[in-house]
Amino acid sequence: MDILHQLPGMVKKYGKYLLIGLVTGMANGLFGSGGGTIAVPAMVLVLGVEEHKAHATAIAIILPLTLMSAFFYISHHYVDWTITYKTMLGGVAGGYLGARLLNICPSRILRKVFGVFMIAAAVRMLF
Amino acid sequence: MILFLIGLAAGIISGMGIGGGAILIPALVLFAKPEQHIAQSVNLLFFIPTAIIALIVHIRNRRIDFKTAVPIILAGFAGAFIGSRIAVALPGNILRKFFGIFLLAMGIYEIFRKRSGKQLQKG
Repeated sequence: MDILHQLPGMVKKYGKYLLIGLVTGMANGLFGSGGGTIAVPAMVLVLGVEEHKAHATAIAIILPLTLMSAFFYISHHYVDWTITYKTMLGGVAGGYLGARLLNICPSRILRKVFGVFMIAAAVRMLF
Repeated sequence: MILFLIGLAAGIISGMGIGGGAILIPALVLFAKPEQHIAQSVNLLFFIPTAIIALIVHIRNRRIDFKTAVPIILAGFAGAFIGSRIAVALPGNILRKFFGIFLLAMGIYEIFRKRSGKQLQKG
């Protein structure tokens, strides 16, 4: 009987988790990116997870989803290993540099700069 | 060289909590001009090694909320299955338009959001 009483609450509670997972997974698969952009604010605003914990938890969520999405892309021959490894080398250097750069240039300004780039690139891709 | 620089930019911003893909994918498409699916697969594969390293550090520091992560991952597999199947079925030019709409929304969000949660906690 106890379970019957808890059932509506459980559905309500896990419904949010399932919806966040579904949307995050779909973005990750469809766009090959953007899972974190959805999962982090969703966990903070909807589930009340602390911001720094949400960032770390989002990586644990997106890694298995990315492995699945990557499997589908590769199995349909949508892969270019030369582009991938050259970009990855830059990424490793960038990750290191970024950690140092954050102390010099405030991320608030960098965010706006990248936001403008994203909008400009989006317009180019759409028209 | 251009590929290295694009990776460099994506690596720098991924440490800031903006998804690296928001820069990596459009930069590849505009400057290296691969097919849209390829650009997206580069980003997926690019994420894997960095995520593994970050994850090891986060697990050691107990920063991961597994109770929250597990149900989201389970539903996320269904979402990733659906999203990936749609992506591989779409022609590249249509997928590029969809990505453009998503990127536009992410760009507007980055510009107009007031402040990060970290700063909010302080105030």
